[in-house]
Amino acid sequence: MSKKVVIHGSRAVAEAAKLAKVNVISAYPITPQTHIVADLAEMIANGELKAEYIRAESEHSAISACIGASAVGVRTFTSTSSQGIALMHEVLFIASGLRLPIVMSVANRAISAPLNIWCDHQDSISQRDTGWIQLYIEDNQEALDTTLQAFKISENSEVLLPTMVCMDGFILTHTVEPVEIPDQSLADQFLPKYKAQISLDPKIPSTFGAYADPEWYMEFRYMQNEAMERAKKAILDVDNQFKKIFNRSYGGLISEYKCNDAEVIFIAMGSVVGTIKEVIDRFRANGIKVGVLKVRSFRPFPKEEIKKAVSNAKVLAVVERSLSIGSDSPLYAEVKNTVGPELKTICFVAGLGGRDITELDIEEIIKRAYNAIKTGKIEREVEWIGLRLK
Amino acid sequence: MNSMRELTIGAVIKKPGSSRRNKTGTWRNLKPVIDIDKCLQCDNCQLFCPEGIIKKAKKGMEIDYDYCKGCGICANECPTRAIQMVKEGID
Repeated sequence: MSKKVVIHGSRAVAEAAKLAKVNVISAYPITPQTHIVADLAEMIANGELKAEYIRAESEHSAISACIGASAVGVRTFTSTSSQGIALMHEVLFIASGLRLPIVMSVANRAISAPLNIWCDHQDSISQRDTGWIQLYIEDNQEALDTTLQAFKISENSEVLLPTMVCMDGFILTHTVEPVEIPDQSLADQFLPKYKAQISLDPKIPSTFGAYADPEWYMEFRYMQNEAMERAKKAILDVDNQFKKIFNRSYGGLISEYKCNDAEVIFIAMGSVVGTIKEVIDRFRANGIKVGVLKVRSFRPFPKEEIKKAVSNAKVLAVVERSLSIGSDSPLYAEVKNTVGPELKTICFVAGLGGRDITELDIEEIIKRAYNAIKTGKIEREVEWIGLRLK
Repeated sequence: MNSMRELTIGAVIKKPGSSRRNKTGTWRNLKPVIDIDKCLQCDNCQLFCPEGIIKKAKKGMEIDYDYCKGCGICANECPTRAIQMVKEGID
């Protein structure tokens, strides 16, 4: 029977990996991810989960072991954070290039230097071009549900790409919330045993990791891109299938909150969406038309869906938790590229290195957005919220 | 193969032995040529060849030019300087 418990976000992810009956977990500890894989190690030690647990000597090795395991045709999971995912960088391309449906949770944490263990999105955003699907989640229930969904999306024969499930470090990983843990039989119904189409098998010899010369390399890259395009449908389909069994859904690629008639629409990812909703409800009570669009899938990026959802807005306020130093920051650049220059879009850099994004900050953003509507022009394209300039 | 639709997902090679079909000898600029009269059959060239394409012949050593990339390690390791690296195309 499904049960409701009060647990950390990290525990919710571990429970999801257990429900998915992962066969191989290979990991290296890093704050704030460690207790995800520590919990899984404990589940294995207690005999609650039958899986091979590989303690790697680095994140580079952890993801490499996942590639080997996944190539053999078993369900594979790992988790990391910050410098850990940075160390995985070159191997992430190999996982996606080999088209292996590995699932990895990322406890989002700032990148050094200066050394900082708290939340922003720089670590996973910096891996956006590695060919992995990237899903960003808002709360602990979504952490569990999306991790389960991720296996089904990745293993879809039309997709076959690895997925990162990104959750805000500490804000979610170390915060307790009520979470419903579905019954194992329902999870089995949703996510049957993984059957690889091609796998390493001594009885049927094959080569994984062959080279492609200039004559064919481009075609393989094109195929990866096609698969990522098809992932858009898979993410939506899987969310719908999830709803049928568990009666919960997240909108697939994006999730809209009071966007229909909104003049100002926030565009954000991760736990800050919850804070924004709180503030929106208060402003709505006073007749101020604000909404929020949560970008759940950053890769593939849901251009068409966003364009449709914001078509009636006057100003877009992008809440940005990472940078691309020297040019427009990543989420802002994507949004601007999606909606074009006609729709006023302002970038609000906030919450870097774990600084709280408070309700007051959100109110300030709404104020500045309405100012742009009133004056008809944007004062500054990029605003850093709460920055002590003087 | 003409179309990318014939490619496997992830560039997996389903049939073993594909490296045999890829004659890497075409990459060669310099070709090792053995002076049989100087060769002691000491096996150094065979042991050091990174491609494993040198083997003992009745007299001297035999090089499989289909796969020799012309790295020159054999010539460097030969104690009697029996192997000369000759520019490809000049015999």
